[in-house]
Amino acid sequence: MNVDVLNRSGLQSVSASKLAIADCDIHPRPAGVGIGGVSKSLYPYLSKRWLDHVEEFGIQYRQPWEKGSCYPKGQPQACRRDAFLPDGRSPGSDLGFMAQQHLDPNNVTLGILNPLTSGQGATNPLLSAAITHATNEWQKAEWTSQDKRLRGSVVVPYEDAAASVREIELRAGDTDFAQVLLLSRTAEPLGQRRYWPIYQAAVAANLAVGVHAFGNGGWPNTAGGWGSYYIEEMVGHSQAQQALLVSMILEGVFEEFPTLRVVLVEGGLAWAAALGWRMDRQWKKLKRELPHLKRAPSEYIRTNVWFTTQPIEEPEPRSQLAEALDWIGWDRILFATDYPHWDFDDPAQALPLKLTEAQRQAVFMDNARAVYRQG
Amino acid sequence: MTGPIDCDIHPIVPGIASLMPYLDDHWRETVVRRGIEDLTTISYPTRNPLSFRQDWRDETGRTATDVATLGRQGLDPFGTRLTILNCLYGVQAQFSEDLGQAMSCALNDWIAREWLDRDPRLRASIVVPMQNVEMAVDEINRCAPDRRFVQIMLLVGSESTLGRRHNWPIYAAAERHGLPIGIHAGSMYRNPMTPVGWPTSFTEEYVNQATAFQSQLTSLIAEGVFAKFPGLTVVLMESGVSWLPAYLWRLTKFWKGLRSEIPWVSDPPGSIVRDHVRLTLQPFDAPPEASSVMRLIEHIGSDEMLLFSTDYPHYQFDGEHPIPEGLDASLARKIMVDNPLRTYSRLKEQETVP
Repeated sequence: MNVDVLNRSGLQSVSASKLAIADCDIHPRPAGVGIGGVSKSLYPYLSKRWLDHVEEFGIQYRQPWEKGSCYPKGQPQACRRDAFLPDGRSPGSDLGFMAQQHLDPNNVTLGILNPLTSGQGATNPLLSAAITHATNEWQKAEWTSQDKRLRGSVVVPYEDAAASVREIELRAGDTDFAQVLLLSRTAEPLGQRRYWPIYQAAVAANLAVGVHAFGNGGWPNTAGGWGSYYIEEMVGHSQAQQALLVSMILEGVFEEFPTLRVVLVEGGLAWAAALGWRMDRQWKKLKRELPHLKRAPSEYIRTNVWFTTQPIEEPEPRSQLAEALDWIGWDRILFATDYPHWDFDDPAQALPLKLTEAQRQAVFMDNARAVYRQG
Repeated sequence: MTGPIDCDIHPIVPGIASLMPYLDDHWRETVVRRGIEDLTTISYPTRNPLSFRQDWRDETGRTATDVATLGRQGLDPFGTRLTILNCLYGVQAQFSEDLGQAMSCALNDWIAREWLDRDPRLRASIVVPMQNVEMAVDEINRCAPDRRFVQIMLLVGSESTLGRRHNWPIYAAAERHGLPIGIHAGSMYRNPMTPVGWPTSFTEEYVNQATAFQSQLTSLIAEGVFAKFPGLTVVLMESGVSWLPAYLWRLTKFWKGLRSEIPWVSDPPGSIVRDHVRLTLQPFDAPPEASSVMRLIEHIGSDEMLLFSTDYPHYQFDGEHPIPEGLDASLARKIMVDNPLRTYSRLKEQETVP
């Protein structure tokens, strides 16, 4: 939701008295003019070969537009109006402004950066590798090295597993990075074997694998073809996340990599219990098709999968949300705001439930520290 | 009359030869000369454990290919008073509109003559050639005078999202004839069952049918189908049930944030769904503890939305107890009788002859 940055005194006073929080979905964005779809802020981190390429040919994805995304967003750049910088630069492009508007007043002491316009899923796989690499360098130089509250995500060119592994290995041991980041709308379901080297490398580097909504895999966003509206795309991220989770579980990713930690970001979470029931029910009848699964499908959710909260589902009555979270397990839930996007969940209001102190501490901090291995 | 009303049951076409008497010379010749053997789809492969419950299979590995067997296995044990036949034979997956139309017509005539004429407990859905909206409407208009056809059936895996305006003549015809639109699991196979590409296993495909239903519901609501056709009812068949609450919570949240994009959707999605959408019971993807089942029903927020189904001959439950444990008795009664009668106006009619 939009909250006026000039009138946040009330919230700040609320924040000052409450516990520190971990925000598991913050979007930094390279500022500056985008040439051919790539921000000039990334230029210092690109080789001449790719800089020349970007200048002349730009970057293409499996979607129609030279600028912008598949569907017109609900707001410019899908952002809170108040998150644009006073000089008009993009929301999320300036650490000082982000700190002043979000990190300080909301007492964010651990923030996970998820850059979204980083060349992931670009049609040219070599370009995708170059831009994702540049984005990681940019995160380290301009964000994580400048503010110790922040951790970066290793963005990888996931359609090229070998190149992704190289990028992960480059970041292994660098405590500025907390996870490997994929987007949900991939060329094939994420459980398929072409992506397994990514999981292997993430496990070896002791990094979680985050999967954020969006991406351009080229497939229609529903089994019945392309939806017409942005609301269909946004609601549909939940279906895409369900599909990729089903794929990862049923293909046996968690049997092959039992210590893999997967964080599903911005696809909702209340669906997880029902999806587990559905998988378990069918698995009982069809398990001979999937002999590599040693446990009921829902059990892998319990041990290997976490969910970020934003956009938190809002049932009426709200008590039903607590029941849904009971079914999923409170240890699976990671608070996230999605700053600076328009559908930001304010930590003062996003979970209007009667939480126990243990639940609050788990959701707003401890689960994140555990999954991201932050002391 | 007593006994439940089963809203999703599947007669099986023995083979393409069964349809030959209902095809004209041109299409009969086409079937023979081009060697069209069968239209069974990969949605329900013959030998798959889900396609036929094991103890119902005959020596050919199938069942439900004739009225007597369907009655003996699918109706008698449950005391079923009326049932709705949803024939899943891949006429919708044909790429040729003409072939899709010819096969749909033949299939509906076969259902009327070989099934509806032979057991008074049987009703059916009209199978329509989804390849072409005009042809679909023609087929609805052709079959609707036979009032034993109580519904129009579409598959959840469509060529274009079902809410899109070019599909609206189908909904206009449905409203005009007083026929609900039944959307059943299955696909035309124009698009993968998931938004991230083709699954690798049957299990993965089947589990993902639920996400396909979610997307189609979003489409129908967002495009304004229920605002345009206030008398329309949509029944989701073999969709699963327990995904509905979390789905509606998310849709409602985004409707609050984005409703300026779809200003014709003036009611909250949950209210639209409770007024216009019904779901068949099986497969009931319920919580494992019976004690949680009624909590799930509370999350759904209505006792009028579920319609009894066995999904015979698909394997969804063992024994003779299709009603899940944990549903209270008065709700079970509504699911078995009251809700189907309110959903399908034609079920209340006594006359069975067109």
